Amino acid sequence: MSLLRYHKKIETNASILFGLGLVVVSIGGIVEIAPLFYLDNTIEKVEGMRPYSPLELAGRNVYIREGCYLCHSQMIRPLRDEVERYGHYSLAVESIYDHPFQWGSKRTGPDLARVGARYSDEWHVDHLTDPRSVVPESIMPKYRFLKEAVLKPEDIQAVVIANSRVGVPYTDEMIEKAADDFKAQVDPDGDWEDMVARYPKAQVRNFDGQDDLTEMDALIAYLQMLGTLVDFSTFTPDPSR
Amino acid sequence: MEILKLIVLAFITIFAAMAANFGQDAAYTLHALIIMAVTFFLFIRELRQFGDAKPVAETGYRDDVIRAGVIATSFWGVVGMLVGVYIAFQLAFPALNLDYSFTTFGRLRPLHTSAVIFAFGGNALIATSFYIVQRTSAARLWGGNLCWFVFWGYQLFIVMAATGYLLGSTQSKEYAEPEWYSDIWLTIVWLSYLAVFLGTIVKRKEPHIYVANWFFLSFIVTIAMLHVMNNLSLPVSIFGSKSVQLFSGVQDALLQWWYGHNAVGFFLTSGFLGMMYYFVPKQANRPVFSYKLSIIHFWSLTFLYIWAGPHHLLYTALPDWAQTLGMAFSIMLWMPSWGGMINGLMTLNGAWDKLRTDPILKMMVLSLAFYGMSTFEGPVMAIKVVNSLSHYTDWTIGHVHSGALGWNGMITFSALYYLTPRLWGRKELFSLRMVNWHFWLATIGIILYVSSMWVTGIMEGLMWREVDAQGFLVNSFADTVSAKFPMYVVRGLGGLMYLSGAIIMCVNLWLTATGAGIRKPSAAHAVPAE
Amino acid sequence: MDTYSLMREIADSWGLLAMVTFFLIVILMLFRPGANKMHKDASQIPFHNDEQPLADRESKEQPLEK
Repeated sequence: MSLLRYHKKIETNASILFGLGLVVVSIGGIVEIAPLFYLDNTIEKVEGMRPYSPLELAGRNVYIREGCYLCHSQMIRPLRDEVERYGHYSLAVESIYDHPFQWGSKRTGPDLARVGARYSDEWHVDHLTDPRSVVPESIMPKYRFLKEAVLKPEDIQAVVIANSRVGVPYTDEMIEKAADDFKAQVDPDGDWEDMVARYPKAQVRNFDGQDDLTEMDALIAYLQMLGTLVDFSTFTPDPSR
Repeated sequence: MEILKLIVLAFITIFAAMAANFGQDAAYTLHALIIMAVTFFLFIRELRQFGDAKPVAETGYRDDVIRAGVIATSFWGVVGMLVGVYIAFQLAFPALNLDYSFTTFGRLRPLHTSAVIFAFGGNALIATSFYIVQRTSAARLWGGNLCWFVFWGYQLFIVMAATGYLLGSTQSKEYAEPEWYSDIWLTIVWLSYLAVFLGTIVKRKEPHIYVANWFFLSFIVTIAMLHVMNNLSLPVSIFGSKSVQLFSGVQDALLQWWYGHNAVGFFLTSGFLGMMYYFVPKQANRPVFSYKLSIIHFWSLTFLYIWAGPHHLLYTALPDWAQTLGMAFSIMLWMPSWGGMINGLMTLNGAWDKLRTDPILKMMVLSLAFYGMSTFEGPVMAIKVVNSLSHYTDWTIGHVHSGALGWNGMITFSALYYLTPRLWGRKELFSLRMVNWHFWLATIGIILYVSSMWVTGIMEGLMWREVDAQGFLVNSFADTVSAKFPMYVVRGLGGLMYLSGAIIMCVNLWLTATGAGIRKPSAAHAVPAE
Repeated sequence: MDTYSLMREIADSWGLLAMVTFFLIVILMLFRPGANKMHKDASQIPFHNDEQPLADRESKEQPLEK
């Protein structure tokens, strides 16, 4: 009865137990995750998506650093009330340049996937400085320290390069001009046409109303572009997805 | 060999000093300084012992590292729960966020989750697995002082992670927030842990590998795999903590929740089941109810858990087939989980009367009850209809805590109560009455916590989707926030009670270990010194 | 796309079958005659060597304690 002996082997041999365990736990992951990289319809085909501008990217880094994702999702589900409250449900393609993703898992505060262009810059400054001055019920922490944190434009290039290395399609020109584009986006009186040509729909303003280029500028630039890129007239749902 | 050690330590010290000098952010600089201090200390120590005769091979069980593990578990447990209570009250009273960047909820929450899961839970798992694998293998821990490397290396990881969070160093993947260099360090420590554990099993003197060790082994192996896969990232600079993830968007999301769910499945379930399958039989003084069932439990959990990750992403932009797969396997998980619970509870068959006199056994039963409860609630919440209501709400937080406080916390506490007298050579615990107090404080604390989160979760889920006759939304988001206030206070109080219980435990363990209240000198029945 | 089809093919046919078969074999073996004694022995392991390793008491060549 060789079968019986096998059983004993599994139970008494550490390396077999180790190997079998590893095989068993790997399979679930391979079957579920690997197809996402190969399946054609995982990422929808729409127009308008582009890499983040250097300033938006810096703002996104502030968003990550402060743990905003712990209370704010960026993933609108295709449920009636969510579409009503937040806008069109989120597509996979909308986070295609997000390394890492920021979908979140909890809504202690509202979803931010389409918060872009919903509020004025001034509202955001007030809200981030003292949330309860504009939303009395809010339980959000104050982020007034962002206004004092001055950013150095030359720091952003390394981040852009790192993103391009993991597959975000930044061109050589974008990488080369990263620091310039970074400054150009907060200077509406300056020379920003080239920047907007590289990053269509990028919004050019002095976001926090101060002279210094601060983390507040960057974060608001990021918030104001969230969900504004995709042209939904080019989107058709894939029923087999 | 000793020369090589000295050279390596000197090299790391110098590199860390350089890194601290060139560091681009506060977290990185601080971590480089910590590493520099640690390696410098080790260098000096090594230098002073240079040429000393090596101690001969020792006999007996290796318990010194486990004693340290018991202390670390208790310490980090209190720290993690304290931060948890604080951030719970931050949600009720936002003024508690103060005006500093490092005291905001966003930075303290990863500190809380990592401290309780990885510092408290992780230390408990390492300590108990070292204890159990020796006793069930009838062999001394393999690898000499490698176990001490695992212990201190793991503490260093915790310190780097915790200080990093406060200074804003995070890669924003839940329960995997530490940045790239901490991840690399943890990988080294974890592989050493695997080596010590597996090495001990290989040189065992028992013919069989006891089932608790199966669970521990699958926990260690799977966590290694998950950790490496979910932390694949590219540092922006070798002199900065910031990194970008290798994957993006939907792939990154599924990878994250494949990790996140199986951190629950293999860290908080398999590992702790290893504890359960040893300490419950020992405390009840009778073998596990059905050894067969424990093996079925093991293989089913290992097969099914790994598939269930996508239930964290129902109704998101994840393709439907993956969502359906995740939901189906999550529901199937219910059966083996309950099989395990029944197995644990039935071990007490014929010894139920002990429950009246033994508060430690009572804690074990409570933890199994919560294991059963949360493994039933989990599959229910993985059903798409239910999830559409529960996702993004406090219900999820309540669910996690019924598992974490009820199952993981209580089984760990009872293991600590079991271990302390034995490890410090005492006949019994300092006070069983204090254990009873701990039991009731924790129980009531959990009930307050879970029920308040259940209420707010369902309430906010319903409020979000409420529409009037014309089809317009009834509630603004801010309405739902203010409606939750009373329940947030209740939750904070529940957490406070649970924390007080844990502090009482620490006092009790401390007095047990130091031998307070014992008239005779403790040397009379001390274990052989290590 | 090709790699995907191949993996998907293997995963939902032979891979799945192999996993399920293995699982069923493990379960079935548990109930074979003679397993009872083994399981009884194994379940007693925690009560054997509480104080010190077996190696300290007897040399490796001697038969194992039952």
